[in-house]
Amino acid sequence: MINVALQIAEEKIFCSGHHACPGCNEALAFRYIMNTLGKDTIAVVPPSCGAIISGPQPLSSMRIPVYQTTLEASAASAAGIKRALKAQGKDHVQVVAIAGDGGTYDIGFQALSSAAERNEDIIYICMDNEGYMNTGAQKSSSTPYLAYTTSTPGGKPTAKKNVAEIMAAHRIPYMATATTGYLDDLANKVRKAKEIKGMRFIVILVPCLDGWGVADNEGAKVSRLAVQTGFFPLYEVENGTKYTLNHGSEGIPVAAYINRQKRFRHLAPEQVESIQQRVDADWEIFKTKFNS
Amino acid sequence: MTRMLLNGNHAAAHGVRLAHPKVVPVYPITPQTPILEKISEFQLQGLMDADLMTMESEHSAMAACITASLTGVRVFTATASQGLMLMHEMLHYASGAQAPIVMFNVNRTIGSPWGFWPDQTDSLSQRDTGWIQLYSESAQESLDTVLQAYRVAEKVLLPVMVMHEAFYVSHALEVVDIPEQEIADAYLPPFNPPHRLDPEIGESWGNVVDQDMYYRHRETLGKSMEAALETVVEADRRWQELTGRGYGITESYRCDGAELIIVTMGSMVGTAREAVDQLRNQGVPAGLLKIKLFRPFPLDQVRQILAGVPKVMVLDRNFAPGTGGFLHHELKSALYGLADGPAMHGYLAGVGGTNVSSDKIAGLAREAMDQDPAARSVWKG
Repeated sequence: MINVALQIAEEKIFCSGHHACPGCNEALAFRYIMNTLGKDTIAVVPPSCGAIISGPQPLSSMRIPVYQTTLEASAASAAGIKRALKAQGKDHVQVVAIAGDGGTYDIGFQALSSAAERNEDIIYICMDNEGYMNTGAQKSSSTPYLAYTTSTPGGKPTAKKNVAEIMAAHRIPYMATATTGYLDDLANKVRKAKEIKGMRFIVILVPCLDGWGVADNEGAKVSRLAVQTGFFPLYEVENGTKYTLNHGSEGIPVAAYINRQKRFRHLAPEQVESIQQRVDADWEIFKTKFNS
Repeated sequence: MTRMLLNGNHAAAHGVRLAHPKVVPVYPITPQTPILEKISEFQLQGLMDADLMTMESEHSAMAACITASLTGVRVFTATASQGLMLMHEMLHYASGAQAPIVMFNVNRTIGSPWGFWPDQTDSLSQRDTGWIQLYSESAQESLDTVLQAYRVAEKVLLPVMVMHEAFYVSHALEVVDIPEQEIADAYLPPFNPPHRLDPEIGESWGNVVDQDMYYRHRETLGKSMEAALETVVEADRRWQELTGRGYGITESYRCDGAELIIVTMGSMVGTAREAVDQLRNQGVPAGLLKIKLFRPFPLDQVRQILAGVPKVMVLDRNFAPGTGGFLHHELKSALYGLADGPAMHGYLAGVGGTNVSSDKIAGLAREAMDQDPAARSVWKG
């Protein structure tokens, strides 16, 4: 049982009756994001699980306007809305793009990088479930080293792209990582992003129960283990330079995280050890950023 | 009114300035770039209050045009060739969303191989994307057509593409009359769409629909396109009332008693006009039909104009492998079943920007009068 200290004001901007799988962590993230952003928001959603969750016409799980765009165009589409709102004197309306990792790390990256370079006044949230889960679990450039997907049945031979650091390197006003096992941290980051002008980027690690092979009631547990094992540290970067670590490794071996997921069950013990070594090596490099 | 010596691209930019778009996403490409440069200059001088978005690609430029338009402001962008090709997906998206975007496309050859030459294959290959297409032959016409395009787009809620060709029109200097702002304002009412992305309205766009809704959506789109034809006619008529300049959706030049009518679009129209004068002076009964509106295609008008004409010679500065000339293909389809329809020669002339002189056109016309037409388009240099 996870105790969520922080309570959100439940304005029912994201409603029940949506089309997410039972136990879906992404729906949980949607609930915290949308209720934190509030009703003066327009959302942009490309093809993704998010598009399914936000609903088919004429139904909608969200009580705000949602524009469903093409897979690679989320950042450009969101920027177009915000520029038009400004031209109409409606600058108080937030524009949020909510895309998957395929739509962010891969096909949507060009538009995202450009929006960051132009410092567009939008919030871009990546629901990172480490693969093309909506199409049945194929590899994306976010898929971790050695993980099984239907397009990498032998395990992915290369590392997960570090989108958080790439976005921070654009020196945007705000970049943060979050995950569904730490909802108070997630909601705080969305709230903080809401108060900042310019480009804001949050990547949220979202365990996919079906795509990762995780039990229906274990999404949040796996999410917490991703952080506690050092797999996915939770941190913020302001203006590309000011790093703050919120939750990092608690020294738990990565095996505790990996063993709860079917996508890693083909691994030999030495392969698990090689993942441990990579996580340790990454942390040695990464921790220096917080000491300055 | 101000009279200036302008190239086609700068004339188009003046048209955009007079329309006052609020959001202008741009991306450079030869030979379109002078349009965006001139707009940037206007903005810096305070002559336009447009928000310029310097995008990283034409795809993103069109993506931003669509959403800014759906949020309720007038938008503009310009492109050419490869840029239009990259936009292809978003062109369909724009018309599907019924976003009244106006875009200028400077017709240029498509790679591979690379070229920078006048050729209409880029925009003609986008004929099925749900955009209204208007082809201009001069700098003045381009300026006027940009303003007409906004009036049409915002009435029928469809995007409009305006074309002129690389260099022949885009970079050639001509004397252009620039209307006063009051004329443009009287012509173009403010754009205030009742349906838009706005939290106070709460409407969403583009969500998944079932088969029946998709069917009805396409049917509605088709009706908008059908309605566009009369709207283009009205927009041209009103512009003529205000400025004295009108172009029609087609133009018949010396077609009375013609035994052969040349049909073409864009810059070749001007050359063909000279060829017709030349032929008429020599006693050859030739005429010219200019197609300005290509989408929706003015089917009824073309059938009426060409009924009873013995011969038609179509000149295509474009080429679709396996199809031939786009205009030739379109006309064969448009005239099918017409009892006294003409015999039709389809000539691929000027593909890739090769020079087609008035002498050459006159020669082709004489040749066409003496020969039976081939079913397919024929290469004529």
